[in-house]
Amino acid sequence: MASLKDLRNRIASVKATRKITKAMQMVAAAKLRRAQEAAVAARPYSVRMASVLANLSAAMEGQAGAPKLLAGTGKDDVHLLVVATAERGLCGGFNSSISKLAREHADRLLAQGKTVKIFTVGKKGNDSLKRLYGKYFVEAVDFRGQKAVNFENAQDVASTLLRMYEDGQFDVATLFFAEFKSVISQKPTALRLIPADVSGGKPADLGGAVYEAEPEEGEILAELLPRNIAVQVFRGLLENAASEQGARMSAMDNATRNAGDMINKLSIKYNRQRQAQITKELIEIISGAEAL
Amino acid sequence: MAGLHFELVSPSRLLFSGDVASVTIPGTEGEMGIFPGHSPILSTLKPGVVTVYKDGGSTDRIFVNGGMVEVNPSGLTLLAEVAIPMAELNAEALARQIKDAEDDVADAKSDEARRKANEALEHLKAMKSVT
Repeated sequence: MASLKDLRNRIASVKATRKITKAMQMVAAAKLRRAQEAAVAARPYSVRMASVLANLSAAMEGQAGAPKLLAGTGKDDVHLLVVATAERGLCGGFNSSISKLAREHADRLLAQGKTVKIFTVGKKGNDSLKRLYGKYFVEAVDFRGQKAVNFENAQDVASTLLRMYEDGQFDVATLFFAEFKSVISQKPTALRLIPADVSGGKPADLGGAVYEAEPEEGEILAELLPRNIAVQVFRGLLENAASEQGARMSAMDNATRNAGDMINKLSIKYNRQRQAQITKELIEIISGAEAL
Repeated sequence: MAGLHFELVSPSRLLFSGDVASVTIPGTEGEMGIFPGHSPILSTLKPGVVTVYKDGGSTDRIFVNGGMVEVNPSGLTLLAEVAIPMAELNAEALARQIKDAEDDVADAKSDEARRKANEALEHLKAMKSVT
């Protein structure tokens, strides 16, 4: 049985842990607000981009010579999985749920006899996939030592992707990230980047009129599609940032509550033991005095 | 038709949204003035200045580093990665930044770093050319 001193130390250490988790929760809450604002602020751009793309591809439909980024390479053999995760742990199931989704995806593709390549963005996903899927890794980046992701990071990732695509290193690219639903719910999502998925955008109603394009539609598309990839990656990274903080906040909230429960239990145990010891000492003194 | 609905969006936020009298944009194939009721058009942009003519007669000048524009019956949407109000551009500060950027290009150790430094330099030069 633990001595009183052990119990006292134990309580002190759990209290210290509770303080840390409480602080982490509050930091995450503050960061969450900012990350959420950034994610919301980025939405108009990607929504407009999607509708412009939808308009353009509707105009291009049926025409030969659609860019490769839209039409694909015509093959479906080599899949690149872009797995975006956080740089840090202690955020509940956030990182593992993204890598789990990517893993299921990879297993399914491998079972179909496709080639899988993995590109990790963020340190945690890299760590958790390295052991089993390390041999499929082709690229890895992380944004350690950086406060928040910015558009340049997304552009870097996108330009790497484009370079690999030009070199014919893959046919299909899919981005994995966690979509921010709410503080308690983040949904791991797979988004096809290449060939571009334009089904999300709604073409504007022109009332029968047709777009004039300057320069040609094909040229605009050729410029827009690479940009769209950067935008989609950026959106994924921002959603991820918000999700990470949300997940960390609820994980730390749970941890703080558990620590509180534990402190209560330990305090009761401590008090009982102290009382038992006092009673024991009293009995010893009384029985000693009676014996005289 | 009263007013042109103009929206300027960058990846990080919605910079401008509202009704204006007209907008001049630096299209890849020449400057374009867009007035209310313009026919639908899609165009890419080159780095340059977007001039917004507001209803009251005042104007806003905004630098954009390329991008794309869409006009449809509901208004004009401008997508730009970089958009800075001209009032915030300062010729002297830019000249200094250009010099720094040139040094960066000269000092770059890897191809990747040089490419990035060059990009930054191009961007700054485009800004300088309009001030």
